[in-house]
Amino acid sequence: MTEHVAEVTKVQELVYELRIEDVMKRDVITVPPHASMRELKELLRLRRISGAPVVEEGRLVGIISLEDLIKALEQGEMDALVGSKMTTRVETLYADEPVVQAVNRMSRSGFGRFPVLDRSGKLVGILTRGEIIRGLLRRLEVTLREDEIRRYRASHIFEDIVSDRTSLILRYWVKAKDFTGGGAASSRIKRAIEALGGNPALARRVGVAAYEAEMNLIIHSDNGGELMVEIVPDQIYMLVTDAGPGIADVEQAMSPGFSTAPDWIREMGFGAGMGLLNIKNCADEMKLRSVVGAGTWLEAWFRIPPRNGGAVGGAK
Amino acid sequence: MTVEEVVALLGLRVLAGRDLWRMVTGGYVSDMLSCVMAKAKEGNIWVTLQAHQNVIAVGSLLNLAAIIISEGVEPDHDTIARAQDQGVMVLSSLNSSFTVAGQLYEAGIRGAQPDVAVSAG
Repeated sequence: MTEHVAEVTKVQELVYELRIEDVMKRDVITVPPHASMRELKELLRLRRISGAPVVEEGRLVGIISLEDLIKALEQGEMDALVGSKMTTRVETLYADEPVVQAVNRMSRSGFGRFPVLDRSGKLVGILTRGEIIRGLLRRLEVTLREDEIRRYRASHIFEDIVSDRTSLILRYWVKAKDFTGGGAASSRIKRAIEALGGNPALARRVGVAAYEAEMNLIIHSDNGGELMVEIVPDQIYMLVTDAGPGIADVEQAMSPGFSTAPDWIREMGFGAGMGLLNIKNCADEMKLRSVVGAGTWLEAWFRIPPRNGGAVGGAK
Repeated sequence: MTVEEVVALLGLRVLAGRDLWRMVTGGYVSDMLSCVMAKAKEGNIWVTLQAHQNVIAVGSLLNLAAIIISEGVEPDHDTIARAQDQGVMVLSSLNSSFTVAGQLYEAGIRGAQPDVAVSAG
């Protein structure tokens, strides 16, 4: 059941993500307004199409369909010019609009064929339902396969590489006071755990703990520090170290609401006095040691639940 | 309710992200990032006055459905670029966080029940 839901949202996601230019047909067969209806008949017959945009000097001036041709045939007006028989009020779409826009317009207007313009008004393509479906299927196939391959490769690393103890170590150097870089290391750690096949709840717990540790290095350390994560099949170990200034009272630092962050940092929304507590709550175990003038040493352990129905860390 | 419906109902401006289809699982309001880290849940919508790059990191780590920046505060270009890059939905409201929370509540979006009491320090 969950899989079904996931697939539906993947398609919905693509409808929003894909631009019209990603799926439209680019080589548009057009007809000039000074062509005769007789010439149009030949064009439609030879190219096996049921209509064409009418273009004069690169600009869209109308659209002509098989229906218009049949009317002209009935009334014996095959020598009339396309320009006099075409529909001039044309519904168009822009190339950079999301595909969902086209889907909505098609269902609202009942038209099945939309000329596509760039923002300067030049005709750059044509879009029918067929193109949308083909485009979606193409993209769906590519993304699903890419996801699958990437996940398979990464998640089997521990099975493919045999040793007495295989571990994967990720190291990140975090600079002091580098607020714009804040969150970069923890985002990467979270993504790495997901890629290795860890369940999302576990990836999130480790990600949040790593973020708080990363921000502590940025806010409080003298010269930055190192964030190290070691992944083994049944556990993730995080070690965060810096060379000062150190925490005077570790117990006080662990109490909720206690913070030594200066006002300018608090104004950015840090220094709530929750950081170390958040790490402790996310981890299965945490140890904090610090010596003033020497540095701080923070360790956290996260158990990885067994693949089939583990109780820790929630459902996959 | 999807993010798209929230955008339409509250008249929000979309500053970054394309995940308008996502379902909103609840709401959370705070300007303290660690509180958000501790309390906001996956798929929540987060209302804040903060508009710097770390807001995006929080949204990405927690996999939030969207962030609403209140009082029309404009994030800088780098923040928007980071949101686009990490696929985080950033919305903007001219209203205060209080009013936005009220509008979300009226729309049927709820916050989580309190679990642990935290003494303010």
